[in-house]
Amino acid sequence: MNKTDTTSQTPETKTSKENHNESIWQALLVPVLAVVTGLFLGGIVILASGENPINAYGALFTGSFGKPANFIEGISVLFSTGDTAALIKAIYPFTESLVIATPYIFAGLSVALGFRCGLFNIGAEGQFFIGALVSAFVGYSLKGLPMIIHLPIAILAGAAGGALWGMVPGYLKARFGAHEVVNTIMMNWIAFRLSDWLLSGPMKASGFRPVTPNVLASAELPRFFPEPLRFNLGFFIALLVAYFIYWFLFKTTLGFEIRAVGANPDAAKYAGMNIIRNFVLVMALAGALAGLAGSSQVLGVDHWVGQGFSAGYGFDAIAIALLGKSHPAGVVMAALLFGFLRGGATNMQSMAGIPIDIISIIQGLVIVFIAAPGIIRWLYRIRTIKTEETVLTRGWGS
Amino acid sequence: MKKMYFVSALLIIASMVLAACGGSAAPAAGGEEGAAVKVGQVTDLGGIDDKSFNATAYAGIEQAVAELGVEGKYLESTQQADYNKNIQQYVDEGTDLIVTVGFLLGVDTAVAAKANPDTNFAIVDYSYPDCFGTDFVEGQTCGSATELPNVLGLTFAIDQAGFLAGYAAAGSTQTGKVATFGGINIPPVVAFMIGYEKGVMYYNEENGTNVEVLGWDTAAGDGSFTGNFDSLDDGRSFAESFVQEGADIILPVAGPVGLGSAAYCQESGACKIIGVDTDWTVSSPEYTDVILTSILKNMNVAVYDAIKAQVEGTFAGGMYVGTVANGGVGLADVAGASDELKAGLEAVKQGIIDGSIPTQ
Repeated sequence: MNKTDTTSQTPETKTSKENHNESIWQALLVPVLAVVTGLFLGGIVILASGENPINAYGALFTGSFGKPANFIEGISVLFSTGDTAALIKAIYPFTESLVIATPYIFAGLSVALGFRCGLFNIGAEGQFFIGALVSAFVGYSLKGLPMIIHLPIAILAGAAGGALWGMVPGYLKARFGAHEVVNTIMMNWIAFRLSDWLLSGPMKASGFRPVTPNVLASAELPRFFPEPLRFNLGFFIALLVAYFIYWFLFKTTLGFEIRAVGANPDAAKYAGMNIIRNFVLVMALAGALAGLAGSSQVLGVDHWVGQGFSAGYGFDAIAIALLGKSHPAGVVMAALLFGFLRGGATNMQSMAGIPIDIISIIQGLVIVFIAAPGIIRWLYRIRTIKTEETVLTRGWGS
Repeated sequence: MKKMYFVSALLIIASMVLAACGGSAAPAAGGEEGAAVKVGQVTDLGGIDDKSFNATAYAGIEQAVAELGVEGKYLESTQQADYNKNIQQYVDEGTDLIVTVGFLLGVDTAVAAKANPDTNFAIVDYSYPDCFGTDFVEGQTCGSATELPNVLGLTFAIDQAGFLAGYAAAGSTQTGKVATFGGINIPPVVAFMIGYEKGVMYYNEENGTNVEVLGWDTAAGDGSFTGNFDSLDDGRSFAESFVQEGADIILPVAGPVGLGSAAYCQESGACKIIGVDTDWTVSSPEYTDVILTSILKNMNVAVYDAIKAQVEGTFAGGMYVGTVANGGVGLADVAGASDELKAGLEAVKQGIIDGSIPTQ
């Protein structure tokens, strides 16, 4: 990775391996300190609400990773009796966190890709819903197909649905200059109300609940462990897609163009790049990624779509893209962090009596520190080193 | 100086790590109380402080904590994938009675109940068997084709209370038109509206009046629905259009959506609201002046009774039906009711209890 990175078309000059490692460390420093500081301040909030932050974070930890003691016991039971039940129970919290991280990876990539092109995709939530609904429809309505055909079709259909939903604001931006922030928010509302209508009528299962029928077994993402573990193939697809986005952004001409448009659209235009095509393409791809998030959730976890299908994955994705500095590897790490925070929150809520809202507070604090890195640099007296800063968005007036 | 900040940063990190390690032993220490019956509630998406559904059910748990000495807590669901996870959390903790709230948890509750026959469940607004028709898949599109011995379904004959509300509305209207609307056209919502319409019709028969009901038609099986349970703006606009059509009393059966209607009524002074699930003069006292009455669905009583049975060792699966007779449903005081109306309501109540007045 180091070798290819320095020889690629990126505008940065050749650096020695040591310098490169140092810049990775530099890039990680602020996000890591932001997370640590966020957790610390979250602990003060917990303390202020009259609870013990050590108990709370302890419960958060065991809730997101499981108890080490249970894990060791599980392994010893497996070796002595061959019974896997104890081990499966021990890894349940860890796998649940990965299950939650999966849509976060997809949706985070969606927002990050937009940032790379200077576009702010607030519409990931709507694209998530559309992706889920389309995947669910394909999943339950196409009957008699073998899994090897049905599952890919269902996944790709979800991506296509999301792409369509993302493409509209992209086109409006490119053709008419309509700001994508406004239009993606509008598309969110259209998606929400469209799903309300679909769930109460055309896509409603028999019975009175306003939910879709379950997808057929042939369209489900395979799970690796017996019930109640929901860990499925979707997680590995997410990692694969993250690598693909990395390759696309940093190793292809098109990816370079997208980043160039993001860095300076005027310069990119004079360099002969097609701005309109790039805007539409990026928004479609971003929509496809968010659609995949919905698709993986419905095909891997829920198997049906109801009104409470999303816990705001599309909105948290903005935070994840920011935390991950819009780099696919950073997004994966940030998504895992959010997955573990959300995954452990259940245990923290139950064991330590801390409302899950504290997780939102911690997330919010982390984002404040990421958005204003000066605070972290001042707090920990970090020297500002000139590095290539990612352009996140071209602002509201562009 | 710089070093000092670095050290303080290290200390903070160290405290985090210690916090993580220190806590893993804590639950073991807390679990030694032993004897107390453990009760856990899993909310639906409204959250524990929804002032309706989840809050009322939890009030029953809080009462049991105070009076029966049980250990009670709750887990909030923020998305449908949480239902399974939250129930599983309680199962793993060895919770004795898991209270799940809402029909959306119907399938997950049944699946968990079958997998954990030693754990008892009480589900609000649902009961088993729930697999009807031909194209169901047990454990997917419905919960269970048979009654479950460890699940008590807590259901409510809400049409009886709706009937009383309709009677009260018809006896209070100035314009001769009363209205209702729902969140989504599903049986738990429609039950309110059916009873309401019947109550109005009964009032007309008894008193020779001709009060009209807008927003629901039992014969057609359809009426006005916002399509959601969260948009206060919808509540406002529905109330506004009903007032324009001449109605002055509105029954919103859509959770917090009704608060939007109440806000409109308060601003315009043109209408009154009938609250649902809890007494809205208590839960939303800021709207007391526009609340005519409230349809009470006493989920707290039902949940408390289920916990009591668990504590006493008499818990049995099946179905509880809250009625006017057993106090499971009822009507709050009607604001500004004449003595005549009060007497009429009392007579209707007796009629419902002895079965002489059909409400369905």
